[in-house]
Amino acid sequence: MEPRRPPRTVSDPKVRQVGFVTPAAAPPARTVSDTAAMPAAGASQELPLSGSSLSPVMIPPPRHDGLSARVTALLPVPIAATALRLDNLQIRVGSYNQSEVLLGTPPMTSPSSRIEDAVSEFSDDVSASSLYGRTEPDKVGTAFPGRSGDLMPAKSVVAGGSIGSHTPENPPTASLVVKALPGITEKKRGMLEKQHDEAAAPKPLKEKTTKAERRALQEAQRAAKSAAKEGGGADPTNTKKDKVVKPTPQKKDVPEVAASSGKKVDRPLEKERKKEVLPLRMQFDDKHKVEKVKQRAIVNQREAKSRVEFFQRLPQYVHGTQLQELEAKFFQLDAVHPSVYKVGLHHLSGKITGGNARCIAMLLAFKEAIKDYSTPPEKALVRDLNAKISGFVSFLIECRPLSISMGNAIKFLKNRIAKLPLSMSELDAKASIQSDIDRFINQKIIIADKVIVRHAFAKIRDGDVLLTYGLSSVVEMILVYAHEHKKKFRIVIVDSRPKHEGQILLRRLVAKGLNCTYTHINAISYIMHEVTRVFLGAASVLSNGTVYSRVGTACVAMVAKAYRVPVLICCEAYKFHERVQLDSICFNELGDPDAILKVPTHVESYLYGCMDNDNLQLLNLNYDATPSDYVSMIITDYGMVSCNQLLIYCSVF
Amino acid sequence: MPDVQALVNDFVLKIKRRKIEGSQATAKHTAELLRQVVSQQRITYTNQAASLIDAVKAVGEQLIEANPVELAIGNIVRRVLHMIREENVSSAMSAVEELALGSDDDEAEHDNRMGLSAAAVAAAARSTLRAPSLQTLLEDIPDSATAPHPPSSGGDSEGKNKSAAESSSRNKKLKHDVIEAINELIQEIDTCHELISAQAVEHIHQNEVILTLGHSRTVKEFLFAANEKKRSFRVFVAEGAPRYQGHVLAKELVGKGLQTTVITDSAVFAMISRVNMVIVGAHAIMANGGVIAPVGINMVALAAQRHAVPFVVLADCMDYGQLGDSPPIRVENPAFDYVAPKLVSLFITDMGGHSPSYVYRLIADYYSAEDLVVRRKSAP
Repeated sequence: MEPRRPPRTVSDPKVRQVGFVTPAAAPPARTVSDTAAMPAAGASQELPLSGSSLSPVMIPPPRHDGLSARVTALLPVPIAATALRLDNLQIRVGSYNQSEVLLGTPPMTSPSSRIEDAVSEFSDDVSASSLYGRTEPDKVGTAFPGRSGDLMPAKSVVAGGSIGSHTPENPPTASLVVKALPGITEKKRGMLEKQHDEAAAPKPLKEKTTKAERRALQEAQRAAKSAAKEGGGADPTNTKKDKVVKPTPQKKDVPEVAASSGKKVDRPLEKERKKEVLPLRMQFDDKHKVEKVKQRAIVNQREAKSRVEFFQRLPQYVHGTQLQELEAKFFQLDAVHPSVYKVGLHHLSGKITGGNARCIAMLLAFKEAIKDYSTPPEKALVRDLNAKISGFVSFLIECRPLSISMGNAIKFLKNRIAKLPLSMSELDAKASIQSDIDRFINQKIIIADKVIVRHAFAKIRDGDVLLTYGLSSVVEMILVYAHEHKKKFRIVIVDSRPKHEGQILLRRLVAKGLNCTYTHINAISYIMHEVTRVFLGAASVLSNGTVYSRVGTACVAMVAKAYRVPVLICCEAYKFHERVQLDSICFNELGDPDAILKVPTHVESYLYGCMDNDNLQLLNLNYDATPSDYVSMIITDYGMVSCNQLLIYCSVF
Repeated sequence: MPDVQALVNDFVLKIKRRKIEGSQATAKHTAELLRQVVSQQRITYTNQAASLIDAVKAVGEQLIEANPVELAIGNIVRRVLHMIREENVSSAMSAVEELALGSDDDEAEHDNRMGLSAAAVAAAARSTLRAPSLQTLLEDIPDSATAPHPPSSGGDSEGKNKSAAESSSRNKKLKHDVIEAINELIQEIDTCHELISAQAVEHIHQNEVILTLGHSRTVKEFLFAANEKKRSFRVFVAEGAPRYQGHVLAKELVGKGLQTTVITDSAVFAMISRVNMVIVGAHAIMANGGVIAPVGINMVALAAQRHAVPFVVLADCMDYGQLGDSPPIRVENPAFDYVAPKLVSLFITDMGGHSPSYVYRLIADYYSAEDLVVRRKSAP
């Protein structure tokens, strides 16, 4: 197993670029460091892109509203297809759970194991594709029955392609394998099969239990395929299939298409395997890497002197020093678009805070940047723009680590860009991306908030005492909405140092005439007696149900739980993340430590005079993780769910 | 005794203006004041103990009213009252014959049951509690014979005094003994911290991470003591919001060369998973093992329970002594939290470590049942 690994990692970026994409798999934070870290990747990136340009899946798929209609329209055998689709969905949920939560093996209930096998392969790439790329799997799904109708000639391509991709060689070999496929010897097949199985091995339990079954299935499929091949011959079927599946203009000759289609079908499969291991974050205790990043950095942040041991791996900067320098640089920077630059500075200075606000600001800045963008000669828009966005993103990260909402939005955007058809003119492409951004902001944030407000409103009764913590835009909307609709309730605003965001909320609500009580987080056990409901915002909801939110949320939820007060978390679905986290220390963001120093009651800090002492450290965390058992309910734009159900939601949306 | 009244007024003023703060300082001042009250009290030849008790009670009421939240005052007053009774009994004991004493005792208990309904129940419970107390069990048998007496002494003090009032020399001795006892108490208050911090080495180990909230002198000295024994450990100090005394503690700890990290109160839950022990000081300890402590501690205790981190309360000798199990004192801007006994892992007192369920015995050792009732009257 071991010797085979390195080649796979090399082929990894290639896989990511092909077909369906996925900057999704790589966090924006990595894109820069990746290329530096893996010199091999640079070479291999060229190829896949040309491959991806062929890839028939590149048509921007319609969003999932028109989905079922399309499915029936495309399918020769609608009934079978819908059944398949159901299967597909169900299994996908299972596999998602299994990979993410390690819940163990979901029982294999499907009667038609062959379909299940094939589908589970496809379903893999479903979860691989980003949240909004949902339509692709269906496309694949629709392609599949079409093929199976043709005595499954495609199978051979599928199997051959998949085998080819697992061999640790570069892309051209894949097409070779496909060409050689009809004449492939049994022996080689066996060997390849073994590789395939081995590749499958890292997948958890489910795969293992069904390994024998899978092998049998593959044997059967292969037999069927070879039979079909004898009947039809590979090339015609391939082209036929391609025509059925995707009406993309095909400029290339048949074998290449076959190769690319083969890749398309199963690369995601492997990529999917990869995907289970979420990309690593930048670890700031790795000196080597930090140096590298620093060389590239635009923002020269000075690192804080004293660090808390537990958080060595998180970036810790001296805040406020670099702002002026950056402002001075404003007119010299070519790499970063001015609007992005502005947003970055706002993030840095704390002018824009809050997951939604930061995300919207970023997207609007990107939109501006895209509007002003023109493809340089000899470069493809898709690639160049993606690189450009990556540059922006790394700049933003330098200013302040991305929030999860921003991360998801960037994934979406990159996904969109990558899926632009090559044939599209630059103007159209830019317009389409811009409208995509608008739609994202509108649908995923603004309308989502409205829906959440409606849902939450149903949970407020007359005479309630609602407690909220910090400043959450959604919670504020809920409270104002409920007030406007003549609900009689009282609000307790809990606040914490050093940000005192609650005071902003207090000011706004009092101005609107709401009855408010303001208190500090330490008094939470005191005030909780009178509270009937707790509404909290969240930066993200992770797939194990952990709520990742501003620091202190966990305390509030914990005390609420101790006093048996229901805790309702309001979070838009676009903030969900598939990462899991058990405590707040694994990942967090460090705020300005000096913010703690200033104490409101005293003009001069108590700690004045011992700041240079090495023994003294100040820790200002920005986030914490609330365990899911403290949360009674999560209100999202898709409805109100408990944390357990959330897993399903995570995988569906 | 205009002299005493002036002193009392002065002290009340100081308390009200918060010039005297912290349970230790208050306790010490209270004890000193009461010593003066006792020494200035004129000795009537009959019923001397009763007059002393009345005088102390009168002053105590004023003091408690000055700051009902500062439980140390009430506790010291009660301790002094208890000492007067005990001294009285022991001196009476030496005079009265054994046989008479036995019958007296029984009668007294009867009286108690008849007279003060609530107090009687408490007293009865207390006297039964008193008997198996660890201290009395381990001491000699004659001691355990005397042990049941203090609780019932209040009821029969008059009767006994009448019978024993003849000797004036004993009266003088009583006053002297009481003053001696108060002196001992003051000394105890002073050395209490040392006794507690002496145990630090047993509880803090190498490379531990300790979390505390706010500022408590006991905690500070406890940590210092461990540090002096060359234990290297790390301390997280939550700043303890409205007063931010955590900063003061942090500064002092850093001054002694301890690895200190200041965190915000809201980060307590985030950090507690990496903490080995929570050590906090208490404002007061209830008889049921609950703790009244600076606001925010309940949050810490809940978080500690969630992560199974030991929650240790350092208890000064003047801290214990509330009978109630009624949660927090209602103060406008909450200064204190009530921590339920189930959240507390251990009390470390000057007499060693105790579990919350043992606190009532400690209290039984310190106070007489009658005084608890007195307190209820005086500080409703």
